[in-house]
Amino acid sequence: MDLHVIGPDATADERAAVDALLGEPDSGWEGGARDAARDSRTSRGGRPAAVARRHLLLPAFHAVQDRVGWVSRGAMNYICQRLIVPPAEAWGVLTFYHLFATAPRARTVAHVCDDVACRALGGEALCRDLETALGPAGTPATNRDATWQRSPCLGQCDRAPAALVVRAGAPSTRAVVAPAASAAAVVAALPSTDAGVLGETLTELRDAVPQAGTDGIPLLARVGTVDPTSVEAYRAAGGFRALERAIVLGPAGVIAEVKAAKLQGRGGAAFPTGAKWEAVAGEAALPHYVVCNADESEPGTFKDRVLMTGDPFAIVEAMTICGIATRSERGFLYVRGEYPDAEARIAHAAAAARAAGWLGVDIAGSGHTFDLEVRRGAGAYICGEETALFNSLEGKRGEPRSKPPFPSQVGVFGKPTVVNNVETLANVLPILTSGAAAWAAAGTPQSTGTRLFCLSGHVTRPGLYEWPFGLTLGEAIARAGGVAGGRALQAVLLGGAAGVFVGPESLDVRLTMEDTRAAGLTLGSGVIVVFDDTADLPDLLGRIAEFFEHESCGQCVPCRVGTVRQRELLAQLRTGDAHARGDRLAVLTELGQAMRDASICGLGQTASSAVESAIARLHLFRAGSVS
Amino acid sequence: MKEQDLIWFRLPPPPVAVPSAPPAPARRTVTVEIDGAAVAVPQGATLLDACRAAGKDIPTLCYLETLTPVNACRVCVVEVEGARVLAPACSRTAESGMKVHTNSARVRTSRKVVLELLASSVDLSTAESLAPMLAEYGADPARFGADAATVAQPVKDDNDLYVRDYSKCVLCYKCVEACGTDAQHTFAIAVAGRGFHAHISTELDVPLPESACVYCGNCIAVCPTGALMAKPEFTLRQAGQWAPERQTVTDTICPYCGVGCTLTAHVQDERIVKVTSPLENGVTQGNLCVKGRFGFEYANVPDKARG
Ligand SMILES: Cc1cc2nc3c(=O)[nH]c(=O)nc-3n(C[C@H](O)[C@H](O)[C@H](O)COP(=O)(O)O)c2cc1C
Ligand code: SF4
Ligand code: SF4
Ligand code: SF4
Ligand code: FES
Ligand code: FES
Repeated sequence: MDLHVIGPDATADERAAVDALLGEPDSGWEGGARDAARDSRTSRGGRPAAVARRHLLLPAFHAVQDRVGWVSRGAMNYICQRLIVPPAEAWGVLTFYHLFATAPRARTVAHVCDDVACRALGGEALCRDLETALGPAGTPATNRDATWQRSPCLGQCDRAPAALVVRAGAPSTRAVVAPAASAAAVVAALPSTDAGVLGETLTELRDAVPQAGTDGIPLLARVGTVDPTSVEAYRAAGGFRALERAIVLGPAGVIAEVKAAKLQGRGGAAFPTGAKWEAVAGEAALPHYVVCNADESEPGTFKDRVLMTGDPFAIVEAMTICGIATRSERGFLYVRGEYPDAEARIAHAAAAARAAGWLGVDIAGSGHTFDLEVRRGAGAYICGEETALFNSLEGKRGEPRSKPPFPSQVGVFGKPTVVNNVETLANVLPILTSGAAAWAAAGTPQSTGTRLFCLSGHVTRPGLYEWPFGLTLGEAIARAGGVAGGRALQAVLLGGAAGVFVGPESLDVRLTMEDTRAAGLTLGSGVIVVFDDTADLPDLLGRIAEFFEHESCGQCVPCRVGTVRQRELLAQLRTGDAHARGDRLAVLTELGQAMRDASICGLGQTASSAVESAIARLHLFRAGSVS
Repeated sequence: MKEQDLIWFRLPPPPVAVPSAPPAPARRTVTVEIDGAAVAVPQGATLLDACRAAGKDIPTLCYLETLTPVNACRVCVVEVEGARVLAPACSRTAESGMKVHTNSARVRTSRKVVLELLASSVDLSTAESLAPMLAEYGADPARFGADAATVAQPVKDDNDLYVRDYSKCVLCYKCVEACGTDAQHTFAIAVAGRGFHAHISTELDVPLPESACVYCGNCIAVCPTGALMAKPEFTLRQAGQWAPERQTVTDTICPYCGVGCTLTAHVQDERIVKVTSPLENGVTQGNLCVKGRFGFEYANVPDKARG
C-alpha cells in the first residue's frame, strides 16, 4: 500500500498520546524521525503489516481524544503512518463514531441523556437549564472550558436523568452524574471530576439493585454485597468455583452442561448458547475468539453495566470458561464508551485475576490458556450488532456484515468466534456451580433460569431486578412498587427502543420468551420502561424515531433513508388533520414493512417496531383521535 | 540470397503436443427453485446467478460483476421460502433446495419503497438504469411530501479531469471499492459519516488535488448514477449539448504504453467526448489509468492546427 499522507504533523502532545499506546516508532516509515542510514535501505509496512495493526485504530483515536479532546488531521496522519492506514479510510472510521470529535472543542464535555427514560423524568428540563447555564448544545461556554451535548440513552436509566462528563487531559477523566438533579449539579461536576475513580461504591450498587442481599438471585448475589475490586473477596464469595468445575469437566463437558441448561442468549436474539459454543468448538479453522458483547446501548437497558461494575470478576471468569469450552485462547470484551466505570472495573478484575493465576497461561495449573482484552466503543449503538462489533474491533466502520456466513464460522479477524452478551455469560457460572438441572428448575421449560429486568421510567422503585422467567408484566411492575405516585399506567415500553409499546391490557402477559413471542411482543434486552398518564407518547415516539435515524450505520437504503422518512412521517402525523392522517399511516405501514423485510441488520429490521406497536396497540394517531 | 538467410532469428519449432490442463474436478452443482422452476447452478453461485440462469431479470444497483458485493442498496431482494426477511440476490449463496420468489408482493413492495426512498432523497436525473425500475415498480417518491430530506449539496468541481456531484450519489460503495482493493489500491476515498449523513469523502473532505487520488477514473467507470462524471461530459451536459444519440463508440488500443488496454472512444460530432473500457475486457476489466482515460484531447485537435 502506497500511503499518501498529506498535511500537518501531529503536535508533541498528540504524538505522546499515540506513542504511549503503540510505543516509539521504529523508523521514518512509521512516522519517526527520518534516519537515512537506517530507513533508506529497507522498506517497512506492506499489506501484512497493515492488516496486523489495523485493529489498533480505535484505541489510537481514543488515546488522542482522551489527551487532547479531539482528533486533529495531524494526529490522524501520525496514526495512519504508525498503523499503515490510508487517511481517507481513517477519516471514514473517525467520523463514524459519535464520541470522537473532529474539530477543536472544549476540554470538558457533558453528554446529557434526553432518551426515553430520562425524558420521562425531567431530561428535557435539564437540557433547557443547561442551555441557560452553558449556552446551546455544542457551543463552548464563554467563561469556562466546558460544553454540553445531547446523548442517546447512557445506560443509567434507573438513575434518570443522567449525564456523562468527560474531561480530556493526561490523565483524562470520565464520570457519570446520575441522577443529575439540576444543571448546577452537572456544571459542578465539569471541572471537579476526579481522576482514577474505580466506579460505583457498594452503596451505589445496592441502590441499583433493590433485591441486593436477598436469596434466589444467582446473577446478582454478589452485587452490592461483595467488594468488586478484590479478587480475594470474590474467591471467598464462591468465585472461580465454576472455572474449577469447567477445568474438571473439560470443553465437551462444559458445552453439554450449557446445552442441558437450555441457556438462551440475553442480548436480544435468544439464540441457544450451547449450540453456539458447540459450533465454534467444532470449527477446524484456528484461532478461535471469544467476544463479550458489552456494548449495551439499547435505550432503557443498564443490566450489563450493573453486572460489570458490581461483579466484574464473574464476567472475567465466565469468559475464561467460554474460552476453554470453545478452544479459544483470546477474548475481547467490547464495552461502550459511555461506561467508564464498567470498563475500569473489568480491566482491573482481569489484571487481578491474571496476577492470581485465574487468567492467562496455564490457568490454575490446568494447562489451559486464555486471556482477554477490554476494548472501548466510541458512541455507536450499531456496534452492539455482533458483526458490526467485529468490524469495530478490527478498526473499521461499525457496519454490520451480511449473514451468512455466521460468526461461528467467520467472525472477528475472519475466524470462528463466539459472541455472547454479558448477562448470557454470567449465567454460565450458576449453571456450572449448581448443575444444569438445578439451574433450569427456575423459569419455565422453554425459558430456563432467571432473567434480569431493567425497570425505569414512572415506577416507584426503578432498578435492576432478577426474577425467574414466568412473572407477568403486571407482577413485575408491582414488585418494583407499581406506578410512581399511584398514577394510572398509560404504556410500557418492553424490550427497548427496538421493542414494543404495550398498554395496560397486556399486564397479564407472562415474561417468558414463548409467551411474549406468542403475543407478538419481545423481551429484548429485558427493558421495562413504565409511563404514567402524564407521558407524552407522540413525543416519545418522535425520540425513538430520532434514535434510529441517529444510530443507523447508513449502509443500506431501507434503513439509511427509511429511518429519516419515519421521523418525518411521525412529525406529519402529529400536525396533520384526521384526513391526512389516514394517508400518512398507510405510507408509514408500507415503509415499516420494507424496512423490516429489506434491511441488512436488526437495527433497520426493528426500527419501526415501537412506532408500529404504539399505533396498533395504543391507537396513537387514529384517524380522528386527538393525540 | 536465400530467403532463409533473411531470417535473423529462428522460429521455435511447432510444439509436438499441446499441453492440456489437468481435468477439472467435476463441478458440483446445487439445484434451487426460482419461481417454481428448478435450475442447477455451480456450487458457490449466488441467487442472482441462479435467477439469471432461470431467465429471471433481477434489478441491481450496487452490484457489479467486477466488484465485491456490498449488498447495500437492497433493490435486488428476493423472497426465500422459510426465511424471516428477504435476501439480497446479488450476494446470497444459492443453497440446495432453496425456493425463491423473485416477484412476490413482499418483494415488489420492498423494491418499490427502496426506489422511492432513493428517488426522494437523491437526484437521479442522470441515473439511466433507475428510471425504468421506478416505472416498473410504480414508485411514487412524492408521497413522502415536499419537505422530505435530500442529500442535495453543491457540486465538487475541483480539478480539470472530473466532477463529483454527490447530490446524485446513492451510496452504492462502488467507487470506494474501485479505488480500493477491487481495482486501484489507491484508497483516496472512503465512506465517511454515519446514517443519512454517510457520504463519499477524501480525508477531511479535502479537494481531490490535495488527496491521494491519481485520476485513474476507475471510480467514474463504475458509478451508476452520474455522480462522478468526466469533465467533457459534464461540460457538454451543462451546455445542453450532450447527445448520446449522435455518438458512436469505437474500440481501440491505448497508444500510451505496452499494456495494451482496450479503449472505447465515445465520439460525438467528430470529437472524443469520453473514454471507457469494456467491463468484460480481460486486460482492463473496465479499468484504465489517467492517460488512457483522460489523455485524448490531442486527438480532438484538428489536423490543421497540428501542422
Ligand atoms: C442493532 C443491534 C444492537 C444490538 N446491541 C446489542 C448489545 O448492545 N448487546 C448485546 O449483547 N447484544 C446486542 N445485539 C445482539 C447481538 O447482535 C448478538 O445477537 C448478541 O450479542 C449475541 O449474544 P447472546 O446470544 O448472548 O444474546 C444487538 C443487535 C442489533 C441488531
Ligand atoms: S439496517 Fe441500518 S444499521 Fe443495519 S446495516 Fe442497514 S443501514 Fe446499517
Ligand atoms: S480517480 Fe482513481 S484514484 Fe482517484 S478517487 Fe477515483 S478511483 Fe480513486
Ligand atoms: S459516487 Fe457513484 S459510485 Fe460512488 S457511491 Fe455514489 S453513486 Fe456509487
Ligand atoms: S440513561 Fe437516559 S434513557 Fe437511559
Ligand atoms: S444489488 Fe444487491 S443489494 Fe444492491
